[in-house]
Amino acid sequence: MIEILDLHKSFGEKKVLDGVNLTINKGETLTIIGRSGEGKSVLLKHIIGLLRPDSGRVVIDDQDISRFGRSAMVDLRMRFGMLFQGAALFDSMTVDENVGLGLREHNVFEEGKIRRIITQKLGQVGLSGIEQIKPAELSGGMKKRVGLARAIAMEPEFVLYDEPTTGLDPIMADAINELIIHLKNTLSITSIAVTHDMVSAYKISDRIAMLYKGRIIQTGTPEQIRNSDSEIVQQFINGRAVGPITNDKS
Amino acid sequence: MTIFAKLTGKGIRFISQLGELSILIWRMIKSIPLIVKNPHLTSEQMMLMGVNSLPLVIFTSVFTGAVSAVQAAYQFQNFVPMRYLGTAVGKAVIIELGPVLTALVVAGRVGASIAAELGTMKVTEQIDALETMALDPVRYLVVPRFMAGIIMLPVLTIIADLVAILGGLVVAVNFLNLSSYTFLNGVRLFFDLQDLFAGLIKSVSFGGIIAIIGCFQGFRTTGGAEGVGFSTTRAVVLSSILILLTDYAIATIIFG
Repeated sequence: MIEILDLHKSFGEKKVLDGVNLTINKGETLTIIGRSGEGKSVLLKHIIGLLRPDSGRVVIDDQDISRFGRSAMVDLRMRFGMLFQGAALFDSMTVDENVGLGLREHNVFEEGKIRRIITQKLGQVGLSGIEQIKPAELSGGMKKRVGLARAIAMEPEFVLYDEPTTGLDPIMADAINELIIHLKNTLSITSIAVTHDMVSAYKISDRIAMLYKGRIIQTGTPEQIRNSDSEIVQQFINGRAVGPITNDKS
Repeated sequence: MTIFAKLTGKGIRFISQLGELSILIWRMIKSIPLIVKNPHLTSEQMMLMGVNSLPLVIFTSVFTGAVSAVQAAYQFQNFVPMRYLGTAVGKAVIIELGPVLTALVVAGRVGASIAAELGTMKVTEQIDALETMALDPVRYLVVPRFMAGIIMLPVLTIIADLVAILGGLVVAVNFLNLSSYTFLNGVRLFFDLQDLFAGLIKSVSFGGIIAIIGCFQGFRTTGGAEGVGFSTTRAVVLSSILILLTDYAIATIIFG
């Protein structure tokens, strides 16, 4: 279980997270929604220790990771996989080297088994026979899928998705959504996604949390969010240009 | 904002950057023993920094030696016998021109490329991706570049020294009516091993500076293409300044 307790983070004068409280249960898929620049990715980076909070705690299985040193953080990250917004594949490496990097560097298995895992993971995301291709030759959707294969290569307990469907056509976006659901069902992964794509959020989530002005203002099942009384939530999920979010300039 | 406040802000930023640089260097030093885990990363960088820089270094060195010979001959006129032309060219090239010009050329070519590559990796979240895979970017990206820098710069400098002396020899023989024996004898006449060591100590330091500053600026990149451009420029400017300051410091320690 992941608990985020009263998390605060500022960059210079700009307060991004202002007391976030959130719990992510084991095995569930929780999606954090909110406007661009609201701090969703910043929150995600706190969960995996890429950013340290100004105050507050991120507790994973009863351990406060905000106090972790470098070596404890390495052990923690072995339990995570992350899909980045732009896939963040290493340009200089082939697909095979990208997906197998963690396995090879951590000497988890011998080379033959690593190759089998790479083929298997690429198969799980619907790609095969592209092991020797460089990322520059792949389409946006294929890059995301390779990024997803890399994220699950080490069989993580937790997978973080940063805008998994942004920049994809609706059909490819749905394919990614299906993959996320499939991975959750087959590998029992705890997933945390951040997105402003409501179609994706409704489809993949067990619960949805809305981040607004640095705080979580509502958490609930997709149905509860859809029927929310909050005008802020309603404006966002229905994509209305006029409403409390855009009227409030503070 | 008052001038005082602006200066204070700049001072704080400078100290903070110095702190970040010191942390990077410390983390790099601690990671150096782990180089044996990925020797191929260092050899790839040695190829990029050393072998691929060779044509540019040779081109620069030929003309450095040639110009040194012409300038020295002009200053010798009626004052110093021409048999010392080789001495002047040899000393200038081995102690100063070889190491410094090679370093400045490599800073422009390789320092810029390191900053641009790591800067692009930073803004496209590739460095974050390394961290999320529990891989240390310092061990994976900085150490191989640093090792390649401190190994290849001295090698390039020795080649540059030889090529520059050859450039001087060609000019001396073809345009200054000097025999190759006289010129080379002049080079040998006051040759001191300490000069060569001084040049090599400089080049090791310059190689480290180019790699570390390139990596540091790359890691600090923010924004998109514009940020990468700024980092690249800063890497070349800062490396060049530090090369010249270090050159003076080492010269003072060894010859002062």
